[in-house]
Amino acid sequence: MKKIIKLEGLCCANCAAKIEDEVKKLSGVEHASLSFMTQRLTMEVEEERVDEIIEAARKTANKIEPEADFKVLR
Amino acid sequence: MTKKQKIMGIRLFISALFFALAMALEGSVYGYWILFIISYLAAGYDIPLRALRNIRNGQFFDENFLMSVATFGAIGIGALEEAVGVMLFYQVGELFNDYAVNRSRKSITDLMDINPEYANLLRDGTEEKVDPYEVAVDDIIIVKPGEKVPLDGIVVKGSSSLDTKALTGESMPVEIKEQEPVISGSINLNGVLEVRVTRLFDDSTVAKILELVENASSRKARAENFITRFARIYTPVVVVLALLLAVIPPLFTGDWGTWIYRACSFLVVSCPCALVISVPLSFFGGLGAASGQGILLKGSNYLEAMADLDTVVFDKTGTLTTGKFQVTSVDPLTGTKEELLELAAYGEFHSNHPIAQSVKEAYKKPLDQSKVGEAKELAGLGVKTTVSVQNMERELYIGNARLMEQQKITVSGSDPAEGTTLYIADGNTYLGSVTISDTIREDVPDALKGLRAAGVKKLVMLTGDKPEVGKLVGEKLGLDEVHGGLLPGDKVGKVEELLAKKHKDAALAFVGDGINDAPVLARADVGIAMGQIGSDAAVEAADVVIMTDELTRLVDTIRIARKTVAIVKQNIIFAIGVKVLILILSAAGLATMWAAVFGDVGVSVLAILNAVRALRYQNKS
Repeated sequence: MKKIIKLEGLCCANCAAKIEDEVKKLSGVEHASLSFMTQRLTMEVEEERVDEIIEAARKTANKIEPEADFKVLR
Repeated sequence: MTKKQKIMGIRLFISALFFALAMALEGSVYGYWILFIISYLAAGYDIPLRALRNIRNGQFFDENFLMSVATFGAIGIGALEEAVGVMLFYQVGELFNDYAVNRSRKSITDLMDINPEYANLLRDGTEEKVDPYEVAVDDIIIVKPGEKVPLDGIVVKGSSSLDTKALTGESMPVEIKEQEPVISGSINLNGVLEVRVTRLFDDSTVAKILELVENASSRKARAENFITRFARIYTPVVVVLALLLAVIPPLFTGDWGTWIYRACSFLVVSCPCALVISVPLSFFGGLGAASGQGILLKGSNYLEAMADLDTVVFDKTGTLTTGKFQVTSVDPLTGTKEELLELAAYGEFHSNHPIAQSVKEAYKKPLDQSKVGEAKELAGLGVKTTVSVQNMERELYIGNARLMEQQKITVSGSDPAEGTTLYIADGNTYLGSVTISDTIREDVPDALKGLRAAGVKKLVMLTGDKPEVGKLVGEKLGLDEVHGGLLPGDKVGKVEELLAKKHKDAALAFVGDGINDAPVLARADVGIAMGQIGSDAAVEAADVVIMTDELTRLVDTIRIARKTVAIVKQNIIFAIGVKVLILILSAAGLATMWAAVFGDVGVSVLAILNAVRALRYQNKS
């Protein structure tokens, strides 16, 4: 299942790379890619665990870049 | 500028003012250092706070932490001026980066501003503004001048010109009248149109294109991944070196101040910002420049591949040729060409085969049904039709050579290799032949010349047509290889053969019209679909979608790709080169902390200015 999240206010490219790295390591995430330019995090996740994974991703993003707003687009 | 950026601008102005004042009064007034502290706080009071917060979150080595340590270290050894300067310039650089990144984001969003906000739905004779999502297939919508066409459909009433620039990069408006299709995302320029919707918004061209563009940056280029990996190693290594530099030499020399100063310089250069921002920014700009030309790439990795294109494989029909059959020669045995064409058109009156259609089109004049009698389809051979044309009752046989053979009719003249030949006979009398063939598209010779000039080494054509037909087209166009008589499955095999033959680091592109060639598009390094704006299959299977059917856009794609990749390489070499040089000079005591500030802020500003160039592209054709 594909999930797209917007990280509004993400303004540090290095943090983007770190968030992408950590989100990739989350269990249940098959693939993740965070574009610093479009501020979009695209994840391929296990369908049954969507909510749990999104929560984990939110925590990760918040930990690394608390200034970015975490909005689930789709 | 955003509000945040404005506040930062004011803070930096105040900071610079106090900095200048402090520099002027330094040494002459007691307590001048307070001015430095005010300048420092105005510029970067939040940096140490963020560093603390991030450490609590388990994030060490982020730039806030590095800047804090470097500046505190400098203050500790009495290099107050440098400490404040580092902080001030660091923040100026950050502000500049933020501004540049936001601007490119915005210019690309503007470029792709095709998302319709509403649709004027006609319901029981009254018009209602609704969300495009709510419109169903077969609903009638009204598109007024200046509005975006919200959904794909067919014009049922009205005519107008449409601006499709945002979709195709084509600046000439397209004339549209009743019964013609309109594509969502184009802008209605003058007339009012009533449109019958043919697709839901989710399946519409606009939704597909937006999805493609928005997802484009999720497939990263090798250079982007390299930078991410580099940054992950670079920062910790420099920090460890800084630590060693601050502690080990002074154990022997006892000169703590000098070595701590040098270590602080290390920390200032340790941030990989210049690279981490400029590389994705360049690729983003390249993707934006391409979409401005009506070229959509599904990821920056394809920009990299397009820059190293070695082999281009074309599908014949619909890509190099129009796929429309036209009468290319008429050879009557006796009488005029016009007469023979008239007979052929009447003879094919009842046939709907594309070849028959093109014969009728070539005749141009309307046909009189009363002149046509009984017609009989002769499977695999042709047709037999009774007609009374040119003041005579005739029994026309029109078909291939086998039909003539069967009827024991002797055919004269040579059989042209190109296309399909129809032989025409009246009873047992041979009248002549008409040849129909596929025509080469107008812009193909220019496009192929452009590709050669851009350094593509091998041009190949694959076709399902007879090998002879393919060979003829290939010779006409000066292609390097032609493979004919291929079934769709064979095309994949051929592409695999070509992939094995090309240079290891170079890329192979397959160009097709996106119909029936999904497996080949997927197998090639870069699958390019042409002129299929609105075709789901093409958008899904291809890596690059060229929204017009101009083959010359391939050359534009290569130019944009080359420029982008060149900018990325320049930035990587420049940034790493300068940083390493400054590290060496600092360690040796030949560079001051001011040089380190240049190595951080200066390099990143220059790299970003260079990266922004990727967005600009002038179409030369």
